[in-house]
Amino acid sequence: MEQQTSKTAKILFGMIDLVIVFIFLFPFLWMLSVSLQTEQEITTIPLTLIPKVPQWKNYVEAFASAPFLLYLRNSVLVILGVVVIQLLVMVPAAYTFAKMQFAGKNLCFGLVMIAFMTPAQLTFYPIYHMMSKAGLMNTLWPQILPFMTNAFGIFLLRQYFMQIPDELLESARLDNAGALKVMGKIMLPMSKPALTSVVLFSFVGHWNDYFWPLIITSSTQVRPLTIGVAMLKNTEGAASWHYIMAGNVMLILPVLILYLFFSKYIVSSFTYSGIK
Amino acid sequence: MKKVYPYLFIFPAMTGIVVFVLYPMVKLITQSFYKVNPMNEANSKFIGIENYTKMFQTAAFKKALVNTGYYALFSVILIMVIALVLAVWLSGKQDRFHSFIQGSVFLPHVISMVSIGLIFQQMMDPDFGIFNQVLTALHLPACTWLRSSSTAVGSIIFTNVWKSVGYYTLILLAAIQGIPTSIYEAASLDNAGKLCTFFRITLPMISPQIFFTLIVLTIGSFKIFDMIFIMTGGGPNNASTSLVFYIYSKVFQEFDIGKAAAAGVVLMVLVGIMTVFYFVGLSKKVHYQ
Repeated sequence: MEQQTSKTAKILFGMIDLVIVFIFLFPFLWMLSVSLQTEQEITTIPLTLIPKVPQWKNYVEAFASAPFLLYLRNSVLVILGVVVIQLLVMVPAAYTFAKMQFAGKNLCFGLVMIAFMTPAQLTFYPIYHMMSKAGLMNTLWPQILPFMTNAFGIFLLRQYFMQIPDELLESARLDNAGALKVMGKIMLPMSKPALTSVVLFSFVGHWNDYFWPLIITSSTQVRPLTIGVAMLKNTEGAASWHYIMAGNVMLILPVLILYLFFSKYIVSSFTYSGIK
Repeated sequence: MKKVYPYLFIFPAMTGIVVFVLYPMVKLITQSFYKVNPMNEANSKFIGIENYTKMFQTAAFKKALVNTGYYALFSVILIMVIALVLAVWLSGKQDRFHSFIQGSVFLPHVISMVSIGLIFQQMMDPDFGIFNQVLTALHLPACTWLRSSSTAVGSIIFTNVWKSVGYYTLILLAAIQGIPTSIYEAASLDNAGKLCTFFRITLPMISPQIFFTLIVLTIGSFKIFDMIFIMTGGGPNNASTSLVFYIYSKVFQEFDIGKAAAAGVVLMVLVGIMTVFYFVGLSKKVHYQ
């Protein structure tokens, strides 16, 4: 009798697990399904769950309806720029905060904390004004430069650097290694997990970003993919959900692939950013 | 010479903060006291607190403020409760299938607001959306979702909860899994029931993480914008507007920089209050470790 109930409980628990997975994955499967349907299918009740003939041409047509290659190029260039500049700025700063003593250290680190807590929704207009006065509005710089200091990255790296024993650095210094060499040869190789997390965090954040490019870009030439996909709704009209979803799949796919391979790093970096 | 190194190394980072964080914030506060001429800022006029007094009298701002309160309150409560339930449910099981469940629950958090906004808008279509079709199949009344002013805010909160809950679930899950098993063993020796264990052990042990989750979640909810902009454009009839949406439309539709700055200062104060809580908690948190 007791064995029977535990068996039913097991099945019940398993079913609840499946329902949880279903709730969080279904919208993505639904997006895929709609992206492959005909206009007839998406506007007929009862709705089609699995398209009879997958309409791969939706992707071709969605892709051709706007300069998506240009948008894609912009997204990639912005992310590359952001990641490279952030690393160059962040690594020496994190190293200094972790391993060096100097007057004003607490004040400076306090400023990093303020930067961490300040949302872009507050600072956007002055920066917008600054960028347009500098005549940069037709370049990708307004999407890159404001993010040069990654406060969260400095936090995370500093935490890692602090765990590296001082003796190791001392012995390197005895061998006459300069600060740059210590950073490049000891600190960086030892903090690969942290670096990977920070880079992935920046990548996902900027790939997905909508607010910043929305307020800072005004011409097609510099728009990233998020804006392009969101604009499909205006150009195609709301009855063209199959095209919009096809565009949406293109937007999601790179992040999804990255997530499949690096989910451990991505999850840890995101959860860390919430705790510290 | 060596003494210069630290300053040299933090110089780029500090420059970024001064130019792109501190200067804009100072500028925001000053501009909130001016009638700003967007074409030529030199021609701006100092008007004291007029931006604030006028803004607080307009229905649009009041609506934005009240809505932001709604978004924050309901998102926080729903996400907290659901995340806690999910975290408890997922804790204690560690096999491949369960890491798959965790991966699925977290997935919406790494996908853009644009994508999720578009998917849910399609599913919420009153005529051809799958949500209404399911409701009809269950003999429940269909919903107007984003198309009516009475349900738009709720629909956006619904989407927001779905997108964010996995993130907080994993934070709480990590916290629960960090509780030493010996405590639970002691409790089971005392024949403590499941609910009792939850309220007497799990909840108090993860209270620091719950506290931080609450703060981060509240700050995040104050900033709600993308989802609204994509799903409703603030409508219908301004029903789903928010504080950031108000700021955005002041800047880019009405070119009223002064009022946008004043609303920005209101947002800054709200975020600032939560941040102070955050750091006060941070200094207390050391206790728990």
